[in-house]
Amino acid sequence: MAKRIDVSGLSAFYGGFRAIDDISMTVEPRTVTAFIGPSGCGKSTFLRTLNRMHEVTPGGRVEGKVLLDDENLYGSDVDPVSVRRTVGMVFQRPNPFPTMSIYDNVAAGLRLNGRRRKQELDEIVEKSLTGANLWNEVKDRLGKPGAGLSGGQQQRLCIARAIAVEPDVLLMDEPCSALDPISTLAIEDLIGGLKERFTIVIVTHNMQQAARVSDRTAFFNLAAVGQPGKLIEIDETERIFSNPSVQATEDYISGRFG
Amino acid sequence: MSHTASDLTAPQARPQGRLAQRRLPRWTPLAIAVGAVLAGAGIGAGAGLGSHVQWGLIALILFVAANYTLTRAVEGRRQAKDRVATSLVYACFVLAIVPLYSLIETTVAKGVKVLNGTFLSHSMSGVLGTQPGGGIYHAIIGTLEQVGIATVIAVPIGVFTAVYLVEYGKGALAKAITFFVDVMTGIPSIVAGLFVLSFWILILGFGFSGFAGSLALTILMMPIVVRSTEEMLRLVPNELREASYALGVPKWRTIVSIVVPTSIGGIITGVVLAIARIAGETAPVLLLVFGSQVINNDPFNGPQSSLPFYIYEQYNLGNTASYDRAWGAALVLIILVMILNLIARGIARRQAPKTSGR
Repeated sequence: MAKRIDVSGLSAFYGGFRAIDDISMTVEPRTVTAFIGPSGCGKSTFLRTLNRMHEVTPGGRVEGKVLLDDENLYGSDVDPVSVRRTVGMVFQRPNPFPTMSIYDNVAAGLRLNGRRRKQELDEIVEKSLTGANLWNEVKDRLGKPGAGLSGGQQQRLCIARAIAVEPDVLLMDEPCSALDPISTLAIEDLIGGLKERFTIVIVTHNMQQAARVSDRTAFFNLAAVGQPGKLIEIDETERIFSNPSVQATEDYISGRFG
Repeated sequence: MSHTASDLTAPQARPQGRLAQRRLPRWTPLAIAVGAVLAGAGIGAGAGLGSHVQWGLIALILFVAANYTLTRAVEGRRQAKDRVATSLVYACFVLAIVPLYSLIETTVAKGVKVLNGTFLSHSMSGVLGTQPGGGIYHAIIGTLEQVGIATVIAVPIGVFTAVYLVEYGKGALAKAITFFVDVMTGIPSIVAGLFVLSFWILILGFGFSGFAGSLALTILMMPIVVRSTEEMLRLVPNELREASYALGVPKWRTIVSIVVPTSIGGIITGVVLAIARIAGETAPVLLLVFGSQVINNDPFNGPQSSLPFYIYEQYNLGNTASYDRAWGAALVLIILVMILNLIARGIARRQAPKTSGR
C-alpha cells in the first residue's frame, strides 16, 4: 500500500523557464509531509511532478528522478496514466464532475478505468465516503448532483473520489484554502486518519495547519521573482517550527520574511 | 469632500437628508411610453404621414426626449442619463422585435389559409400550377431526407474536428484547420452547390439526387458545427480535465466521459442552429436536386423537392393559388425549425451540469 517517495535532482520547467531547481528529498510511507513557502516558490509545481501532472501543462517538462519504492516515475517505459492511478491528487478548489451525482463522482475513477460491477462499486463508494467523513451526511442522497454540496463537503467528496481508486500516495494541493475553519478542521481530522493507509504530501500556506497535521515539513523559497524555487530544508515538523537549521526558514515562520 | 450644512439646506433636490432624493413614481416610463405612442400617432395622422414606421419613429424620439427632460428636471443629471440609456436599450429591443413579429404574423396570416391535412399529405403531382390544391408532402420528405443526411455526415466530422482542435491540436496543422474552417464559414451556398455540381455530377457522373444536395449542405454545415462545438469545449474548465487525469483516467476517456458530457447541451444547441441554417438553403437544391412535383422517397436516385425550393418554385409561378402554397410551405418550414429548436432546448436543459439539489 503506502509507498516511499525518493526524489533526486529534480528540476521542472515551463517552456524555457526553470520553475524549481535540483530538489532532492525523501518522503517516508504512512507519514504526512507538508510543503510551506511563499507564493511562486514552486511548491505546487513540485507536488505536480510527483504524479506526472506537471507535464499536462503546455510546455511543462521535468528533469531528474522520482523513485516510488525503487521504481522511477520518469523511466522511459512508464505510462503517466498508471502513475496517476498510484499517486492520487486533491486540488485547491473542489472540482467534482458537474454532470455526475455524488455516487458517480466517487465511482468515476473506477468506472472510467473499466470496473463496473455494481456490488463492488457500492462497497467502494461507501468505504471511500466513510473514509472521507462524508458518508453520514450524504448517504440518503447519493443520487443528487455532487456540485450541490457545500464547499467543504465538495472537497471531502473529491478526497473520497481520490481514495476510491486506492492510490499508494495522496497529494493535496492547498486542499483547505477555499474552505471555512470548520470544514478545514474536518479535513485536517481526516488527514490524520488517512495517513494510516496512505503516504500524504500536502501543500499549505497555513503554517498552523502544517504544524497541526504534518510529521515532516519542507520549506521552499526563491531567491527573487523570476528565479527558480529551491528546497531550503526538510526536517521533523517540530524542529522546523522550534529550531530550524536555516535562518531563512526561521524568518519565514516567524513572519519576518519579505 | 465632506457634506457641510449648506449641502443639507441646499434647495429642493435633497428634501430628506443626504441619501433620499426626489424620485419619479415607478410607472413614469410606462406612462411616457403610452403618451409618446399616442402623440406619435397624433402627429403622424395630423401631418398626413402614410407609413406607420414614421409614426413609430416619432413616438420613439418623443419617448427618449420626454424621459430625459422629465428625469433631468426632477431627479438630476446622472439619473437622466441612466434613463436615456435604459430607454435606448428598450427602443432597440422593440426595433429588433418588430421585423420578427411582422414576419411571423405575415407568414401565419397568409400561410394558415392553405394549411390542412391535404396540403401536408399530398404532392403537386397532377395539379396545375395555376389551380388551388396540391400540397407539400414531397417537399417535406425532401427537406427531411436531405437535411438528415447532411446532419449525419457533418455532425460527427464537425465534432471530431473540434475535439481535435481543442484537446490535441497544436502547431501548424491546427492553425491550418482553423484557417480553413474560417474560410469555409464564408462560402456562399451557391458556391458549395457549384462545387458539388462540378465534382459529383459532372466529373463523377452521378445524376441529380437528394444526396447530391446533402453533400453541398454538409459543406455549409460542417464549419458551423466545428465553430460552435469548439467554443463549447473551450468553456469546460481545465480543472475537470486535471481532476480526471489525476484519477488515472486516460485522455481519450476523459474527453468522452467528462469533457463532452459537460458541454453536450451547448454542442447540441450549436448543431440545431446549424440544421436550422441549412434547412432554409435553396441554391444547392436548385443546382443539385433539380426539383420535382412528385413524391420521391429515395434520396439517392432521381430529383426531389425541398421546402425552400418549393417556396421559390411556387412564388415563380406568380398566381394567387401558388402564392398561397408558397406561404403555407414557409409556415411549415418555420414550424419545423421551431420544433427542432424546442427539442434542442429540452435536451440542453436536461443534460446541463447539475448544480441544484442541495
